[in-house]
Amino acid sequence: MQDTSTIGDKYEEDYELLSADLPDWTSDFRNEAMLAFKQIGLPIHRKGNEKWKYTNARPIAEPQYSLAKFEEIGLDTIKNVAPWNDSWVNVVFVNGLCQGIFTSDTASNIQVFNIASDELPPNIAKLVGGIVDYSDDGFAAWNSAFMSDGSVINVPDGDNSGTVINMIFFNQGLARTVNHPRVLVNSGKKSNINVIENYVGGGDNHTLTNSVSEIYVGESATVNHYRLMSETDHTYDVGYGRVKIDTDGKFNSRAFFRGCGIGRYDLNVLVDGENASCDLQGLYFTSGNQHMDNFINIDHSKPHCQSNLFYKGILDGNSRAVFGGTVLVRKEAQKTDSIQSDKNLILSPKAEVDSKPALFIYADDVKCAHGATAGNIDADTVFYMRSRGVDLETASRLIIYGFAGEVIDKVEIEELRSYLEKAFLTSLPNHRFEF
Amino acid sequence: MADQKVISRQTGVEDSQYKWGFEFDIESDVAPKGLSEDIVRFISAKKKEPEWLLEWRLKAFQHWTNQGDEAAPKWAQVKFEEIDFQDIIYYAAPKSSDDAPKSLDEVDPELLEAFDKLGIPLEEQKKLSGVAVDAVLDSVSVATTYQDMLEKAGVIFCPISEAVQKYPELVQKYLGSVVPYSDNFYATLNSAVFSDGSFCYVPPGVRCPIELMTYFRINEADSGQFERTLIVADEGSYVSYLEGCTAPMRKSHQLHAAVVELVALKDAEIKYSTLQNWYPGDKNGEGGVFNFVTKRGAARGENSKISWTQVETGSAITWKYPSVILQGDNSVGEFYSVALVNNYQQADTGTKMIHVGKNTKSTIIAKGISAGKAENTYRGQVSILPGADNARNFTQCDSLLIGDECGAHTVPYIEVRNPTAQMGHEATTSKVNDDQLFYLQQRGIDLEESNYMIINGFCRGIFKELPFEFAMEASQLLRVSLEGTVG
Repeated sequence: MQDTSTIGDKYEEDYELLSADLPDWTSDFRNEAMLAFKQIGLPIHRKGNEKWKYTNARPIAEPQYSLAKFEEIGLDTIKNVAPWNDSWVNVVFVNGLCQGIFTSDTASNIQVFNIASDELPPNIAKLVGGIVDYSDDGFAAWNSAFMSDGSVINVPDGDNSGTVINMIFFNQGLARTVNHPRVLVNSGKKSNINVIENYVGGGDNHTLTNSVSEIYVGESATVNHYRLMSETDHTYDVGYGRVKIDTDGKFNSRAFFRGCGIGRYDLNVLVDGENASCDLQGLYFTSGNQHMDNFINIDHSKPHCQSNLFYKGILDGNSRAVFGGTVLVRKEAQKTDSIQSDKNLILSPKAEVDSKPALFIYADDVKCAHGATAGNIDADTVFYMRSRGVDLETASRLIIYGFAGEVIDKVEIEELRSYLEKAFLTSLPNHRFEF
Repeated sequence: MADQKVISRQTGVEDSQYKWGFEFDIESDVAPKGLSEDIVRFISAKKKEPEWLLEWRLKAFQHWTNQGDEAAPKWAQVKFEEIDFQDIIYYAAPKSSDDAPKSLDEVDPELLEAFDKLGIPLEEQKKLSGVAVDAVLDSVSVATTYQDMLEKAGVIFCPISEAVQKYPELVQKYLGSVVPYSDNFYATLNSAVFSDGSFCYVPPGVRCPIELMTYFRINEADSGQFERTLIVADEGSYVSYLEGCTAPMRKSHQLHAAVVELVALKDAEIKYSTLQNWYPGDKNGEGGVFNFVTKRGAARGENSKISWTQVETGSAITWKYPSVILQGDNSVGEFYSVALVNNYQQADTGTKMIHVGKNTKSTIIAKGISAGKAENTYRGQVSILPGADNARNFTQCDSLLIGDECGAHTVPYIEVRNPTAQMGHEATTSKVNDDQLFYLQQRGIDLEESNYMIINGFCRGIFKELPFEFAMEASQLLRVSLEGTVG
């Protein structure tokens, strides 16, 4: 149940204005998306809408946003808020528009294109929007209609250099602006790549970051994807990720959420080749009045595949975390091995967790399991530490950090891991587990 | 009992497998098809109901009409053609019931025979090992056994239509207090047109001496069955209640939209067991009962306990979520379920545990078995509200798939708003283990029997929650429903 009344004339005007500067090939694509956006609108009605059951999209949808404008900012500002290494391929976006690519690595064969440009090879251009379904909700269509900048990362066949592509989306926080970041990753056969999508910045104004990422994992390729969200309590962030994995391909995702007013991450992984696998892990820490919704879906359509879904949350203050995960095993996907798990630690009497980890299974020769927990830490754990002379504050901190560490430890890029360790350690609350 | 053909493994399930599929030749009083305010008034008048009940019905009818057909819930994982609510008979009663029988001697012998045929002896000399039975045919209750013994204990167990006449203050106090008329589409419909059902009241401190049972039977063609059951266990009392149901085989679908309300006061315990065996439709998915039921219990008092046990093998579509609202401190809610679907059956069933009081506990054990082209969904909600300090929940859902054309789904909803809660959910889905099958076959047990043994073992934990006779019946039912699914 959607509502089209959310789409004011303003968006139509902005859409027309934007069209003038963009290459011809994008016009059909954007037209179709705009039509879909007008038709579907945004999911502001929750009744009967299982996908948005626990998240009220109304505050996100209601303001009439202007398109955010680009403004160059110093790299030092960026380096202060985001992990950085000169040898990585660093792509900096400000308000959704690209400032530039910064790297000391000149030997890399990996190509980085601007998505809405004429330089984009036609075979790659046709992948744009290939795995996006506009009918899901209006956000992806909205992004597509306003696609004017973004990055296409093309990894040639056999390139297993493990290059790190560090995309930083800095939001200046200009009042009532929307930016539509767009990413496409196309990894060739037997390639290996690390992609970081980092959403930072914010400010004291309501802004919306409405991103779409499409990732094609080629035959026997590995893509390690990191998504970091640490904006401010005033920002809204709707992220839409679609992944398609080919035969023997591997997709590893690590999503870290630390801040934004209302956040939603809608990730859908299509396991579309035999013996492909995905490992999706996430960690969310919410406080204050934050609201985070992880909507993570895995679609198994071929036999002999594995998937692991593992999300953990720490909730403080008046915050609310939503986890909606679905593992779909289609009839053809025999021998699927799938595990899904969501664990939540609630620290405050005013916090709320809503978790809906669902399994939809149509094949009989499969092993699928899921689990979810929510609530408090076990009193024995605290007692154990206290009996060994650790004071209550330290013990509580260690427990919370240990809970979070399970996901952070899996990050293989060292700079990124130490950045996350620091970021989470400093922001974790001073909680005391008292029984 | 109808003849049971030998089931051939090659051809799969024979229709005759549903041995409760015959219909009785009993004359009945039926209301014209369709739903209108007049029908609601007609039902109410037939039952000689007091004004307040008619008004309540009319309020429900108004609400149902105002919200329109679009209000029918669409979120369940079931597919069916839209129901034409004007093509249903809302009231059908055996003719002889116009003058309600005073005792079993006055009950139409044809009726007694009919229930005998179903294996539900109403005649007290043929005791069903001490179970008091209230038999409901189509829309009305036809007989209730063991009245004397219950009366001595002070337990009220009678058709709800009779309770409305005899104990209006009790009915008025509790009817709709757990499932209000505006609760959901089908419950609203039921509130407007409910025909009969059982009413049970157990006074303070009384442990009901025998098990109570209601046996439901749809007989009339094109009729819907809308019964309403209300059970109140007063302080410190205990009651165990069983429910069974069957329907004839018909080409068309029949609607069954019941409402069950349970109220457990301080220190009271209610145990509610269901063997649901409505006609599931034939092997091509034609016919069968649409079982859209709202069941909810309120554990209102401190230390109260409500336990639901269900074995769901019948119905073309099952849409049913027996719930417990854990209001009283230290109250306990339990849900044990086996749902088996075969051929084209669809089941979307589960529970809701709403923790309101402190130190409340709930346990959910659900076993789903899918065979043929059937779809089975567990859908369960556990809510821990801010005031429910130290609430505990444990949920376990296991699904078995037999064959590669069926589906098994698990959709839990977990809502936690209290940091002292401890809630855990786990679920698995798999097929019957090859090694186990091999082990049994190697010891000379044939494939079908081996399968049955393993599946029976899979359900054992639930069956042991059932009263003994019921557990035997459930086990038998499982065997019949599973026949032809392997090989």
